[in-house]
Amino acid sequence: MLEKRKSQISPFTVINHTIMILLAIVTIFPFYNIVIVSLADYKVLAKSPLYLFPTSFDFEAYRLVFMNKNIFNSFFVSFFITAFGTFLSLLMTTAAAYAFSKKTLPGRSAMFLIVILTMYFSGGLIPTYLTIKAYGLIDNIFVLILPNLISAFNIILMANYFGSLPHGLEESAKIEGANDLYILARIVIPISMPIIATIGLFYSVGYWNEWWLAKLYLSDKSFWPLQMALREVLFNFNQMAGSEAAKEIAAKNAAVYTRSVQSAVVVITVVPILFVYPFIQRYFTKGILLGAEKG
Amino acid sequence: MKKAGLLKRTIQHKYFYLMLAPCLLYYFAFSYVPMYGIQVAFRDFSYVNPFGGAWAGLKYFNEALNDYMLMQTIGNTLVISVMKLITGFPAPVIIALLLNEIIGRKSKRIYQTVFTFPHFISWVVASGLILNILASSGILNQVLHFFGLPSQDILTSETAFRPMLYVTDIWKEAGWGSIIYLATIASIDPEIFEAARVDGANRFQQMRFITIPSLYSVMAILFILSIARIMDAGFDQIFNLYNPSVSGVAEIIDTYLYKRTFINGMSFSSSAALGLAKSVVNTILLLSANYIFKRLRGSGIYS
Repeated sequence: MLEKRKSQISPFTVINHTIMILLAIVTIFPFYNIVIVSLADYKVLAKSPLYLFPTSFDFEAYRLVFMNKNIFNSFFVSFFITAFGTFLSLLMTTAAAYAFSKKTLPGRSAMFLIVILTMYFSGGLIPTYLTIKAYGLIDNIFVLILPNLISAFNIILMANYFGSLPHGLEESAKIEGANDLYILARIVIPISMPIIATIGLFYSVGYWNEWWLAKLYLSDKSFWPLQMALREVLFNFNQMAGSEAAKEIAAKNAAVYTRSVQSAVVVITVVPILFVYPFIQRYFTKGILLGAEKG
Repeated sequence: MKKAGLLKRTIQHKYFYLMLAPCLLYYFAFSYVPMYGIQVAFRDFSYVNPFGGAWAGLKYFNEALNDYMLMQTIGNTLVISVMKLITGFPAPVIIALLLNEIIGRKSKRIYQTVFTFPHFISWVVASGLILNILASSGILNQVLHFFGLPSQDILTSETAFRPMLYVTDIWKEAGWGSIIYLATIASIDPEIFEAARVDGANRFQQMRFITIPSLYSVMAILFILSIARIMDAGFDQIFNLYNPSVSGVAEIIDTYLYKRTFINGMSFSSSAALGLAKSVVNTILLLSANYIFKRLRGSGIYS
């Protein structure tokens, strides 16, 4: 359908690309700028605060960030909840979605309703808080994983995907005596990687970005994920408690250092997403489309 | 196999129940127990038995609805939501239409990758990026200073804070929002465009008469869903950009609910009542929007 237009370049094409490039610059600029500021030499930054091009290079801000015990620690908390949480979420979502994709399952629609209703009704802030408190999850690191373990929306996407798969392989495995758990693990999951990768991305980004559960339920800073450490650095810079970095900063130009360190923390919070995102991005349009088609 | 009795079919499916068990257990513990706990809004809160204090009738609803901050926060929430809807709703449609006209598959993919990315960062990170640009010593003011213009403190200005919310919301979410429209456009039968071209329709006419009408039903669904969230206004964004100088224009129901409970220490019961009242309004809005949609178009999104 598009080949025929390729031969001539119309003025509209030029204008359209111009708009797109401008939008792309607007989208990227905040990221670009924070990266170059975080890597700038402190003396250069102090002299010319309007720093638009990477004219100097220095890892000092990163050194200060990793010297800070709280930030260093929160980096591991974030890695842990992202890895373990995504694994648990995917396991439970995949298992439930596969069961829901079987139309012959007795009681399927009633159980499906139980799941769907949670998309429209919730206890709300206070009853949820009191429930979590009653479970003893306050100041427990698993409070960063458990409350958002499964998303009903992801179950629907995945169940639709499983429902659209050809049944031939499953049938023949069944005839050969394989049970349903084996079929799910050995036959269905290997051919469903696009949807698993897509939903794995959603979950892992959700865990990596988690700050609210920590804000609400964790007063113990040693369990804080990176996002909360970043919040602290952004809004409460002076309270980076017990840090050698804070003293070093106070001894030099505080305003400039604050900006460098804040930028460095933003960068280390974004970079892991940046690494995962392009690899999985190619899956997700396809995954969402296939999941949504039959929905 | 179809004719087998219910018991036999249930046994045949035993592994599927095993697969569902953890999921149902999760929803019971983390969704249905809190729903059961909504009754705290009608009871005196007791630390000993959180959901089992003495019945108090509508006492806490009275208390919550007489809160001196309530009207202001409802007003802020509605203004911010409605303005976000007006400014933010067309943005993904426009991006999708323009992206669709990009001919090379590769450049289209690159643009899409770039526009979608900000959706995947948290509002904590986004506020870090925004501070670097808009804070009193940020890039914007350095540029203004360079040209000898007076500096602007957008983040603490009562007039500029809300527009800043609308713009940064578009910056973060419009690209992601365009994916569903692009998918809808991709599902249009290419023969329709072919036929239009044979009849002499140019690109704008094809867009006007084929592409845009094909998006109406998705737009309607997304519009209804936004109406249903009109009491929300974007907690993460506002909570992470909030500062006391803008409390008059930026305090929304959700941020206030957090503040009155966990900072001002008002009773769990009255906050639960406020939260419940808000959810009821949301549900009424969703149902009415769906009803109106159904009357207009023959079928609602929840049929």
